[in-house]
This record gives sequence, C-alpha cells and structure tokens, in this order.
Amino acid sequence: MPRNVLVFGATSAIAHAIGRRYAKEGANFVLVARDAAKLDANAADLSVRGAAKAIAFVADLNDVSTHHDLISRAASELGSLDIVLIAHGTLPDQARCENDVGELRLAIDTNLFSVISLAMIAAPQMEKQRHGSLVVLGSVAGDRGKRSNYVYGAAKAGVAVFLDGLRARLGAHGVHVLTVKPGFVDTPMTAAFKKGLLWATPEQVATAVCGAVQRHRSEIYTPWFWRPIMFVIRALPGAILRRLNL
Amino acid sequence: MRDSPISWGRLPGARQASATLWARTDPLPLHAGTTVLPYGQGRSYGDSCLNPDGLVLATHRLNRFIAFDPVAGTISCESGTTLAEIVDVCLPKGWFLPVVPGTQYVSVGGAIANDVHGKNHHRVGTFGSHVVKFELLRSNGERLICTEDDNPGWFHATIGGLGLTGLITWAQIKLRRVNSALVEVQDVPFVSLEKFATLSEESDRDFEYTVAWFDCYSYRDGGLRGIFSRARHLDEVDGTLSGTRPYPVFSVPLDMPAWTLNRTIMRLFNAGYHAAKRRRDIRRVRLESFLFPLDAFRNWNRLYGRMGFMQLQCVFPQATGVQGASELLQTIARSREGSFLAVLKRFGARSSPGLLSFPMPGITVALDFQNRGPSTRALLGDCQDLVTSYGGRIYPAKDACMTASTFDAAYPAWRELVRYIDPHFSSSFWRRTAGSIST
Repeated sequence: MPRNVLVFGATSAIAHAIGRRYAKEGANFVLVARDAAKLDANAADLSVRGAAKAIAFVADLNDVSTHHDLISRAASELGSLDIVLIAHGTLPDQARCENDVGELRLAIDTNLFSVISLAMIAAPQMEKQRHGSLVVLGSVAGDRGKRSNYVYGAAKAGVAVFLDGLRARLGAHGVHVLTVKPGFVDTPMTAAFKKGLLWATPEQVATAVCGAVQRHRSEIYTPWFWRPIMFVIRALPGAILRRLNL
Repeated sequence: MRDSPISWGRLPGARQASATLWARTDPLPLHAGTTVLPYGQGRSYGDSCLNPDGLVLATHRLNRFIAFDPVAGTISCESGTTLAEIVDVCLPKGWFLPVVPGTQYVSVGGAIANDVHGKNHHRVGTFGSHVVKFELLRSNGERLICTEDDNPGWFHATIGGLGLTGLITWAQIKLRRVNSALVEVQDVPFVSLEKFATLSEESDRDFEYTVAWFDCYSYRDGGLRGIFSRARHLDEVDGTLSGTRPYPVFSVPLDMPAWTLNRTIMRLFNAGYHAAKRRRDIRRVRLESFLFPLDAFRNWNRLYGRMGFMQLQCVFPQATGVQGASELLQTIARSREGSFLAVLKRFGARSSPGLLSFPMPGITVALDFQNRGPSTRALLGDCQDLVTSYGGRIYPAKDACMTASTFDAAYPAWRELVRYIDPHFSSSFWRRTAGSIST
C-alpha cells in the first residue's frame, strides 16, 4: 500500500530528500510551504520520481490559525495520515534575537510554537486512525544551551520535551512519534557556514529518518556519531561548557 | 564538503571557492570583480570545469525533475540532474537517453556544455542534437528560453559552450524508446588500425553502438591488438526494464600511491583484458554494463595517485584518420609513456549543433596518461602538434594542456562564441586558450 505523507516545510532540503525516498515507493503527498515557486518545483520533482499524487498547499506556518484547516484538508485529500513530517524552521540570528524582541518572538514562533501547534492538531486525527508516524526535525542544538545559538537551542529543546510527552500520549493509540536530531547538514539554512568533516548531506539524514520510521524509533541522532558527541556535551559541567565557547 | 571542487583528472592546482545553487528560481550569487563558472559533477578531466580565480557555481542541488511525458518521450529537469537519475526514472517506462557518454554520473548541464558523444555517434550525433530547449540565466538576471527557433544564436553557442554563456538552469531532452534493458554485444578482435577501420565500416550499419579498446603497449609497426565491441538494443519486450539498476560495486577510497599503475601492471592488465575478451560469441548484458563499464568503480580516478592524470582525446578527419592515428601511436610508443585505457571510435557524419562541438567525421582516439610532470606535458604537446597537422582537434572537456594556437586552429568558431560569453563567466580553460589570444 502506498503511503500517505503530509509534509510541513516541504521546501526544506531534508524534507525533500525524505520525500524522494517515499516518492520512489509511489507515495501520495500533501506538501506545505511558504514559497509557491519552490514548492511547485518540489511537487513536480516528487511526481516524476514516482509519487502517485503531490498536492501543494501554500501557507505561512507562523499563522497558526490556518493549522486546523491545513490538516483537515490534507486528511481529506489523503484519507489517512501515515506519515506527518514537520520540517520547517529557520536558523535565527542569535545577535539580533538578543537585541530585538520582535526577532526573538519570530524565532520562537517559527521553531517552537508553530511546530507544537501542528503536532497538537495532527494528534487527534492520528489517535483516531490508530496508526502512523509523526516525525519532527529537532536538532542537536536542543540538547544543551550554547553561547552561539541558545535561542534556536531553546526552541528545539522545547520541541523535544513536547514530543516526549506527546509520544507517551499517542503511543497508547499505536501512533509513533520520532524526534530527529540532525547535526550539521549542508542545506540552504547553513549556506553561510564553512563545511568540514562533521557535515552530512540531506540524503544521509533522509536515509536515517526513513529507517527510524520503519523501526518506530523514538529519537535519532543523525549522523549516528552525534549521539556519543552529545552524550559527552550533556555530561559536561556547566563551568567547563562555558569555557569551551561553543 | 565541496569547498574546493576539483576536476576528474585530479591534477594538483589552485583551490577554488564554490557556492551551491539550491533553486533554479534564485538569482546568481555574483560578487563584483570575480567571475563564476557552473560546476556539475566535476567529470571534465582537465580545467574546463575549474575557475580558481573566481567562484564555481555547484549545481548538484539543482536536480529536480520538472516533467516527464511518457507518451511523447521527453523529459525536463534542472541542469544538475545526472543522467543516472534520468535513466532511473525513464528506463522502467521504456525510455532511454539517445546519447550517453562513458559514465552516467554527469549532469545534464555538463552534457550540454560539452556537447558529449557516445558509442552511437555514427547513428545519432551528439547529446546536443537531442536537446529540445533550455533556460539560460545570464548574469544580468535575464532568463532566455533557447530552442532551434527561439534565441537560436544562444542555443548553438551554449551547446558545447563550456559553461561560459551563462547558467543552464533546466533543459528538456528528447528520449528514445527501448523495449528491453539488455543489449546484445559482440566482441571482435583486430590486429591493425586498418582492420579497425574496416570493422567500423561494416558494423556501423547494423549496430547502434560501436567502440574499440586497444592495448597501447602492443603497438608495433602498424600492428596492435584490440577488441572491437559492437552492440544493439534487444527489440523484444522481455520484462527487464523494471529490473534493479546496478550501482557502483567497488570504490577506491583514497589516492593510491603513484606506482599503483606502473608499466608492468598496466601491461599485464591490458594483456589480460585482451585475453579475456578474445571470444567472438554474442552475449546479452544490461545496457549499463556495456555503456558505463567504469561506473562499477567509484572514484577510479584515484588509481593514478596524488599527481592525477591527463587524458588526450582527439579526432582525425575521415580521409587521413588511420594514418593520423597510427602516427599518434608511434609518437606515444617512442615516449615510453603508456596509456592504461586506450579507446578508438569512428565518428559519423551527423553535424553537431554546437559552435564549439568536438566531434567531426573521422576517427577519435582517447588515451589516459598518469601525470609525471614535464615529460607527460611534453608528450601531449607533441601529440597536439600532430593532431593539428592532420587538421584534427582535441576535446576541451578532457584537456589540460592545449595551447592557444592549437585551440585557435581547431576551433575557429570561438571568435563567434565570444559574442555570447557572459561577461561574469570564465574558466581556467578559457583563460589558457582563447583568453590569451588578443582579438
């Protein structure tokens, strides 16, 4: 049976790489993103690569009042929601967030509030159907606050804790919740960074995510080596972490 | 990751900066005072895909399909899409690319910019002959849709235009029908260049694909040992189209020491290859294994070691082709440099659409040389003089040492191409050749 996949942030490079894997198997898609031209380009790509259906909804997910409507329209287009992937996000400018509360608000709205709002609204639908995977892109940045990006980190930490609770709630109904914690990934979001050995491609992340969906894992670090790295970073006493200047 | 992309020949050289393009609708990342050059899969051998003084625009993320029409047999995709991805999508539906080079891991943009050819050149001409249209993004932000009829000047300048006329953002390609993923292959041994020419004459009529391998070390007084391979698609519907496509099986993980491909090993390899292929029987194999034999070895270019290698591919005009090729092999034999892989192919008469397309009717020879510094460059210098004296030409996509005057003699149309070159685009190859000639 081809799967029905609902993607928020469908123009994200990681989301698209995941989409391509399911497209190959003939999945049906509802794709949601803000930029209509890029969204249509991705929808066409998934169709040619094998998707049975790829419907595009243009929406700004910061407007949470649209979330209910988006999810019910997607559910009626697709029938069931076998995979709900929440992948939208930004890498906020830490310095600007420190000086501009509007920017801070926007960073939290995009990376935390809109994410948990979508998950909260998708939850009853998935509970009712008693199957499916809710997959959310978090980040290793959410494991420990760092000088360089603690606003982003706080949002991602909030997402992870929220998902822990939601997993406990939905697990009872046969619904799987997966928290994905990628490390550095070469995407448009990180275009300004110098790339090195620790960097992964969106395809590597996609392979790990699809495997974790298959095996109903609760949380993955991707690539895998971030798990031991973050284990050490989480275990570091605050006094040492502060000196590391990460 | 791709902070300093290099070319397939892995010649040591200046590091270059790279900017990844993520969407075809985005503007070009331009900085005043520096030039850019599109960079796809880095499968050009020499410096035609390099721009160390400026920036390369990495197109590997521009790999979205736009539309596939399984009735008309056309596919539209972004320019960074590889031919392998196109085959993945089209072959199960009974369509294949009309022209493929020796590897499927090249981008569509690269295939157009180098107007690549394949083993069926005698039948269908170059890749550019099957390009229906493309969009060209210029540094002034203009987007030109180019076909034979719309913006024809840009169309013909960009095919074979070495990436200098602007960025190809997407292209539409005409496909060819196939009923099976198998080809019927026959290997025929030959003992001289004359025999090769006769075999080509005979086989080009009945076989879509023809190519010959020869042992560069075996050349003596006009004689050599070679294997002529000819193949055609199977016609019957046999259910193989949806079969699993082969992927690279072996990988060379890092630069091998330079002595890996020493003379003895290369001689043994060539002798063994000849012995293995001497049978004339007809076999049926998947088209990938016939068309892309080296794709089974990921990063085979690392075998040549830290100094990399240079390839020479040239074409001699039909009338004097055998004589030219034979003089070329004499020159190489005298130099005691050997080629690990040596290939011969007869080009057909179908004219190429690009201003600077490489193929012309005649015999093409392709040879690899490990880079041993000045001696290798000296040999290639002698070879290019010889090619020029026969009125032949050298393939820019594989070249790292053609002189400006050799280029000028072989590709006089470059003066016309200049009118179409984008002022913000440049390459090492261009600066080395045409760019150093004052007009």
